[in-house]
Amino acid sequence: MTAITSVIVIVVLAMIGVYVSWRAGRLDRLHARLEAARFALDAALIRRSSVALELASSGLLDPAASLVLAGAAHDARSARSGQEMPESDLTRALRAVFSQSDFRASLSGAEGAEELLAELEGAAHQVFLARKFYNDAVAATRIARRKWLARALRLAGGAAMPEFFEIDDSLAPAGEDGRGADMPHLTS
Amino acid sequence: MRIGLVCPYTWDVPGGVQEHVRGLAEALIELGHEVSVIAPAEDESLLPYYVVSAGRAVPVPYNGSVARLAFGFGAVSRVRRWVKDGNFDVLHVHEPTAPSLGLLACWVADDPIVATVHTAIPRSRMLHVAQPILQSALEKISGRIAVSEAARTTLVEHLGGDAVLIPNGVSVRRFEKADPLPGWPGAGGTLGFLGRIDEPRKGLAILLQAFALMAPQRPGLRLLVAGPGDADEALEQVPAGLRGRVVLLGQVSDEDKVRMLHSVDVFCAPNTGGESFGIVLAEAMAAGAPIAASDLDAFRRVLRGGRAGELFETGSAASLAAAAGRLLDDPARRATLAAAASVAVRDYDWKVVARDVLRVYEAVAPAAGRMAVAL
Repeated sequence: MTAITSVIVIVVLAMIGVYVSWRAGRLDRLHARLEAARFALDAALIRRSSVALELASSGLLDPAASLVLAGAAHDARSARSGQEMPESDLTRALRAVFSQSDFRASLSGAEGAEELLAELEGAAHQVFLARKFYNDAVAATRIARRKWLARALRLAGGAAMPEFFEIDDSLAPAGEDGRGADMPHLTS
Repeated sequence: MRIGLVCPYTWDVPGGVQEHVRGLAEALIELGHEVSVIAPAEDESLLPYYVVSAGRAVPVPYNGSVARLAFGFGAVSRVRRWVKDGNFDVLHVHEPTAPSLGLLACWVADDPIVATVHTAIPRSRMLHVAQPILQSALEKISGRIAVSEAARTTLVEHLGGDAVLIPNGVSVRRFEKADPLPGWPGAGGTLGFLGRIDEPRKGLAILLQAFALMAPQRPGLRLLVAGPGDADEALEQVPAGLRGRVVLLGQVSDEDKVRMLHSVDVFCAPNTGGESFGIVLAEAMAAGAPIAASDLDAFRRVLRGGRAGELFETGSAASLAAAAGRLLDDPARRATLAAAASVAVRDYDWKVVARDVLRVYEAVAPAAGRMAVAL
């Protein structure tokens, strides 16, 4: 009798062990995804501010617009990684420059303008995507870590609870999105 | 980049998801990327070179209808081998919630995964039951795409998280040139319709009423309809004397669909709602057909607020008859609209859409993306 009982106890313990390690593995994978998403987001933010700086120093814009853009790009650059305000300010500066009524016309024909604008548009889309995927990973991780088992057994170890990254990152002026898509094409 | 696309439905059976995967794969190949697609197939000898068969799909009742799905140990081992051999930079799974190859790929793969959700899933209770099963596979997806606002809403409501909206693409080149079907459009003018004829939201009934209004004053006018559904039931809605001037082609092949679009003087899209994008409209635009469409938000956007096609009051047969009549009487206006449409539709060409999708790949696999740029 005791033999059967102990076999059952061992089997049950083994099953619990397998389940807990599976759950820990899932959480581990979520953290890896989160880290990769954070890396992509940082890279995208750096790329966007570099391209913005390049546009500001290209001589394609008027001096005032160049100064506004250079200032915003520099602030975003020099802020500690993950600062939300300077990045939102850079978006607003870019939007202000892009939404001037004769902006496209004034650049047409200028050497290198089309390439630079396309690169900036690409960089802005990259920020939009990277932020969305990062916040997705944050949400999934936060839900998984709030589960009873994860908290009771401290499956996440000492890792800090991830925070969402909230910035204004849309280059499209409000309500004007020709394609009905998330990534408006400003260049042709 | 090395890209693996997973199509959950049988490749050689026509369908929206298959069409999407084909368009995307060919556009990515054209942009210089290495692409491999895995899909269930009926006849492996008919597959294009970039498609790997996952074996035959099995018809099973799923989500209220019979779907052909691939699952089981055979499918799992084929997917696993494909993932291993492919050594992909990014894996792009289509319809990850369907119990087929997409879900299996999420389960076995360790590569960065992007997933595209195509359909809005109305039966939420089913998903509620399935959620714990789906959760651990879906957690591995690093970037999600929805093809429409409705699909995105489904995803957000049922599975949490968010998605990027990237609409469907059209292979503009495939639609641009074709011979009209023999005997069409004819001297008296032809109106055209494409879509399920027994689906009320597609609006064929409204077009039939409009045709009945117009036909007495225009003795040569005919109506050409392509799409699956009960033809007799549709014809009953037309006054008996006019039935000879309405031709229903039924379900047509891809090739005949293009020819049909080239056989009409005015393409009508009388949809009453539920359209998130209007792929049919984009196809008609690519074929250079002058368009009269319901004034739905999605249609107005695609038709550039009316510059690339005539808009009429949604659900109104009289308004459709007036709009179609104006276009029939004014060849110059038809030419202007068709020209504007063929410019506007370039935004929806797969070449443009595939670039947006590539940006998603670069966001989830930044290292591979940079390598691709550097090369």
